[in-house]
Amino acid sequence: MLGYVIQRLLQSVLVMLAMSALVFAGVYAIGNPIDVLISPDATQDIREDAIRRYGLDLPLWRQYVAFLGRLLSGDFGQSFVFGMPVIDLILSRLPATLELALAAVLIGTIAGVPLGIYAGYRPDSPLSRGIMAVSVLGFSVPTFWVGLILILTFAVNLDWLPAGNRGPTVEVLGIGWSFLTLEGLSFLALPALNLSLFKLAMMIRLSRAGTREVMLTDTVKFARAAGLSDATILRRHVLRLISIPIVTVFGLELASTLAFAVVTETIFSWPGVGKLIIDSITTLDRPVMVAYLVLVAFLFVTINLVVDLSYALLDPRLRRGGASA
Amino acid sequence: MRAFWREYAENRVALAALAVVVLIVGAALLAPWVAPQDPYDLANLDLMDARRPPGFVGSSGYAHLLGTDAQGRDLLSAILYGLRISLQMGLAAGTVALTVGALLGIVAAQAGGWVETAIMRVVDLQLSFPAILLALVLVAVLGQGKTQLVIALVAAQYAYFARTAYGAASAERRKDYVEAAAATPLSTLHIVLRHVLPNVLPPLIVVATVQVANAISLEATLSFLGLGLPPTEPSLGMLIANGFQYMMSGRTWISVYPGIALIVLIVAINLVGDQLRDQTNPRLRR
Repeated sequence: MLGYVIQRLLQSVLVMLAMSALVFAGVYAIGNPIDVLISPDATQDIREDAIRRYGLDLPLWRQYVAFLGRLLSGDFGQSFVFGMPVIDLILSRLPATLELALAAVLIGTIAGVPLGIYAGYRPDSPLSRGIMAVSVLGFSVPTFWVGLILILTFAVNLDWLPAGNRGPTVEVLGIGWSFLTLEGLSFLALPALNLSLFKLAMMIRLSRAGTREVMLTDTVKFARAAGLSDATILRRHVLRLISIPIVTVFGLELASTLAFAVVTETIFSWPGVGKLIIDSITTLDRPVMVAYLVLVAFLFVTINLVVDLSYALLDPRLRRGGASA
Repeated sequence: MRAFWREYAENRVALAALAVVVLIVGAALLAPWVAPQDPYDLANLDLMDARRPPGFVGSSGYAHLLGTDAQGRDLLSAILYGLRISLQMGLAAGTVALTVGALLGIVAAQAGGWVETAIMRVVDLQLSFPAILLALVLVAVLGQGKTQLVIALVAAQYAYFARTAYGAASAERRKDYVEAAAATPLSTLHIVLRHVLPNVLPPLIVVATVQVANAISLEATLSFLGLGLPPTEPSLGMLIANGFQYMMSGRTWISVYPGIALIVLIVAINLVGDQLRDQTNPRLRR
């Protein structure tokens, strides 16, 4: 087991190194940030000073080594555009994205699981066909288009909800949150709904497939023989049996939602990290791009590692193989 | 083949979806002859005609069935030409991703050992990484343009093909007849080409239909974010993005019609793909 853990840890470190090098080399190869940062009529002295200050005169590999060193000490450099430390910039935007992602995954799960269970319980009823049609749409219709339609319907035509920005937030523990006031919630509603549609579709499919399988097992047969009503069986047995994959996917999806928020945040001008990365791509704010990508890669590598290790804990074959090694 | 087609035709929805796909592809191919106007020819544009609602009879004397956009372009023509670009991108990305993915998957399954581990480790890592983010990074790194965009889309999608090809190829490789063939003096290449590849192809084609739709959708998303094709080649995503700013003032058609075209295309391709998958899935066969 220990051998397996060390092997996976090493692999993760290797992947992170490769990713950071790739991201760094790639991002630093585009354009000339000097042209973006300094007005064309600046004097030669100002230009040279700026080049030296940002370390842009060094060869690429030396910039990378310096970057890696700073990375390990938690220093992601200064944003070209905002003139503040990148790590502070990202951390200040992160709560907005976290709140949005969590709201989206919660909506998707709370609505998707019951719908999926019903669709698996009565696969041939018209309502189930309707639910599955929604799930097909949720998978295939691009997020940005759904966002546009939501704005058009609820903000432009009906004028029920605001179409963009975050609105007022309430400070708790020094961080602003939207969900604590009714007005904040009204700003959160459309982006969260937009982002949740894909999760909803996925949760419907997952719980439908699980329910269909569980309904055929002896557990359900015996529960029926014992005289339990179908509603009780669904609630007490089916839900419990299908919850393991759902919880796994819930965790995994939370991470990918953080990344998918890019599109939703742009449409609704939600001030999170997703909007930050799009803005920094268009303004060539390279330290922000690099830091964001490295952090997201780190997030995914970590989650993959945790998933692999917990499966190793659960799967006796891997456990035994590791113990004998 | 005929039996396959008969089974396909039994599903009314899938048949309708196929008809829609054929119709859209046909309209896109014939755009220069079907469209009322060449939307790229600036001589055709008149700012007097800009942002007119559907049905408006413009200065060139015919009715703009779907209205006009901010430059006075006939929206129907812009959509038809946009479809061309979207389809082009989707098909190019799908074909290249299929080739690259199939090659990697089959090599991994055939070679085994550390080659297999290395390839599949990278593929699995990529599958867990959101495709949109990868495409975003690559577009940001490589800059704008058709080739760059196709590279970004391929990089975001080849992993699905590699997984599928790997699964099918390694299952095939363990079958007795392939092992028997391997015992004969036939070359490995011959066995792969004659025996493994034909069996790997059907699941790959199913994945390809869905992935072409995904590529179109991804391209539209990137273009909508302003990171896709340059403005000289407006795909559907860019048409939608251009109309977005007019949405608040009630001129909704500029975004909505290109969007409807996009959705209909994507959903129709997905429905065709679903039917193909059900028909080729041995688990649903009795």
